[in-house]
Amino acid sequence: MATSGLEQLCSAKEVVVSTGSGGVGKTTVAASVAATAAAQLDAKVLVLTVDPAKRLASALGVQEFGNVETQVERAAFEQAGVDPAGELWVAMLDTKQSWDDLVRQHAPDAATRDAILANPLYQNITGRFVQSHDYVAMERLYEIHASGRYDLVVVDTPPTRNAVDFLDAPDRMADFFSSPLLRWLITPYRSRLVNLASKPFYTVADRILGTQFLEDIAEFFILFQTMYDGFVERARAVTTLLGGPQTTFLVVSTLEVAPAREAEFFLDLLAGRRYHVGALVLNRVLPEFLLDRSATAVARRLTHDAADLSEVFRSPLGVGDDEPLESVLGQVGQSYLDYQVVARREAEQRAELSSTPDLCLTVPALEGDIHSLGGLLDLGGRLWT
Amino acid sequence: MGRSALGLLERRLLFVTGKGGVGKTSVAASIGWLAATRGQRTLVCEVDAKGNLADFLGVGPLQFDPVEVRPNLFAMAMDTEASLREYLRLNLRVPLVARLGPVARTFDFVANAAPGVKEILTVGKLAYEVRERNYDLVVVDAPATGHVVGQLASPVAINDLVKVGLVRSQTDWMIELLTDADVTGVVVVTIPEEMPTTETLELIERLQAETDIDVASVVVNRVLPEIFSRPEAAVFEQLRSSAGIDVLRGELGPAVDEVVAGADLAVRLRRSRVAHLTRLREGLGGDVPLLYLPFLFHRAHGVRATSVLADAIGDELGY
Ligand SMILES: Nc1ncnc2c1ncn2[C@@H]1O[C@H](COP(=O)(O)OP(=O)(O)OP(=O)(O)O)[C@@H](O)[C@H]1O
Ligand SMILES: Nc1ncnc2c1ncn2[C@@H]1O[C@H](COP(=O)(O)OP(=O)(O)O)[C@@H](O)[C@H]1O
Ligand SMILES: [Mg+2]
Ligand SMILES: [Mg+2]
Repeated sequence: MATSGLEQLCSAKEVVVSTGSGGVGKTTVAASVAATAAAQLDAKVLVLTVDPAKRLASALGVQEFGNVETQVERAAFEQAGVDPAGELWVAMLDTKQSWDDLVRQHAPDAATRDAILANPLYQNITGRFVQSHDYVAMERLYEIHASGRYDLVVVDTPPTRNAVDFLDAPDRMADFFSSPLLRWLITPYRSRLVNLASKPFYTVADRILGTQFLEDIAEFFILFQTMYDGFVERARAVTTLLGGPQTTFLVVSTLEVAPAREAEFFLDLLAGRRYHVGALVLNRVLPEFLLDRSATAVARRLTHDAADLSEVFRSPLGVGDDEPLESVLGQVGQSYLDYQVVARREAEQRAELSSTPDLCLTVPALEGDIHSLGGLLDLGGRLWT
Repeated sequence: MGRSALGLLERRLLFVTGKGGVGKTSVAASIGWLAATRGQRTLVCEVDAKGNLADFLGVGPLQFDPVEVRPNLFAMAMDTEASLREYLRLNLRVPLVARLGPVARTFDFVANAAPGVKEILTVGKLAYEVRERNYDLVVVDAPATGHVVGQLASPVAINDLVKVGLVRSQTDWMIELLTDADVTGVVVVTIPEEMPTTETLELIERLQAETDIDVASVVVNRVLPEIFSRPEAAVFEQLRSSAGIDVLRGELGPAVDEVVAGADLAVRLRRSRVAHLTRLREGLGGDVPLLYLPFLFHRAHGVRATSVLADAIGDELGY
């Protein structure tokens, strides 16, 4: 049986993952849920954010990047008129530093560690290959959860092209390190030369990129290979955590075509993998009053008969003869009709979201951005019960 | 003083980028549409995208080989492997090219791991079409803000990393073409909201710091209409006062409440965007020309929206 809000979910789970396509409000929802959980529950809550809007970040007191966990002061809650039952902590993901930490942790010895960190390709490559943001985000989550410091960890996910990417990131990382090409690259170069001629691709690669460049890459991977076991083991642990009973997913979407399509795809995928989907959060939805049929008739009348109606209304409204009443009446009708088109499209989109989980929460399009603790608590409150 | 946006279509290679979901593909399709309508032989190319350019052009899935979707308008989807194959065919005349297929996975691996390989194959193909004058204008539906700088800077990056080899010998003419502001420009699409505005300003700063590629224009998409002038806004305030609503109800019935609330929503949504427009304008400081495109209150987004946006761009450019 579904509850009516996130209260039960946040009281029962240890990890809440906020997912969805870019710009739909993943970060905002993650921060709101965490803030509300900290306000309502006697719990230590951490939100791990990836790319908060600047003003949101500073409202939470995390303006400086880095993997430090910072507590949001009680005073900030009190300013928002709330006496928090728990604690809210915030951490921001710093991809570069997380990679460095990983290398430090998994490198077999200090020499390898330093060699990797100093490798000129290292920065370039960690920034690109195998969705490295996704991987480190999940890695950090694992780390923080395993530390046992928090009752609830709410994670924001990186703005990937595809919401699935981060789920697959740990596996892809493991695959990467066991790839045949990687093994080939790190066999000593000399023995490779022997059958170079029989391998068209490498001949071509050599001619295109130059031997030296391939060599540089090979050297880098030889170093990285030493961390293979550590990475694969960790990747497995992360996957287990995501699929475990302590974890739940929130799928955030707007009712625009592309995000909704992606949300639907993602819901199916999560279900297929038997991951727990706590709720579908439909964000920035236009209000239902825009769908009112009798209002449509009134709006049409206003646009069509604006001239006549302005004669009727002018003196009872006390609008002066030189004031633009007719155009205002026409505009009022027209904007209702305009927004109605969008609201109808949203309603249709919602109906098409067939594989909706039990819990489907709606957040209206709020005015302006949400960049204060008060704003987060307001939004979170709408999701809570 | 920066140049005006008016010469936008006189360039020959436009990279359309912006934060995810702001309308890059819509704008790329519309620029292509407009140019083709004006008689320019135009290629629109989707790069690293979700495959929805075809929807905006009203055609089926796109391939590496361009198809003419309407007179003068050609469309293709980038495929780095196909680009490599074409490049090898043109430059190496390697007989073994046909056998590259089975090693696709391996290629993918190297392309993912080696910085700049995918990017250079993409930029290289596009620059090649421009150099050969196969089209008057090539419009690229480029990757989102986070990746586009890497792509545009790839010839320079490859120049630094790869000291010899064929790729190296190709980068010089590409760099020349990309850094010629009469030829190449970046179009940054944004919407008047906080994060897209911030990302746009940051992107332009990065482009200026890390590349020598010119920003041709910032396109502010999805601009909500300003429905009331000042005097009209004053009248609207009277309408929505409780006395005003009572008068309206008397004639129009209770449903007028929703209609007025709808107009009120329209006013407030518009107002919430104004600060971002101002910040954008001030942040750009007159260096980069701005174009504004309206939010379309349409039932669906497809070829109809593309032609409407093309007209809107045409208006902005003074055609
Ligand atoms: N001016 C506009 N008015 C209303 N809707 C618009 C406008 N421009 C674009 N849209 C809609 O916004 C959505 C996103 O547009 P589009 O696909 O062009 O963005 P994008 O930047 O290419 O996205 P992605 O980052 O996913 O590639 C689409 O549904 C599109 O129809
Ligand atoms: N319900 C809402 N109403 C109005 N603005 C919102 C709402 N939800 C999110 N936003 C705004 O939308 C922008 C993008 O939200 P964000 O959470 O950063 O998205 P994501 O993390 O999915 O990319 C932010 O500026 C945020 O303030
Ligand atoms: Mg985010
Ligand atoms: Mg797109």
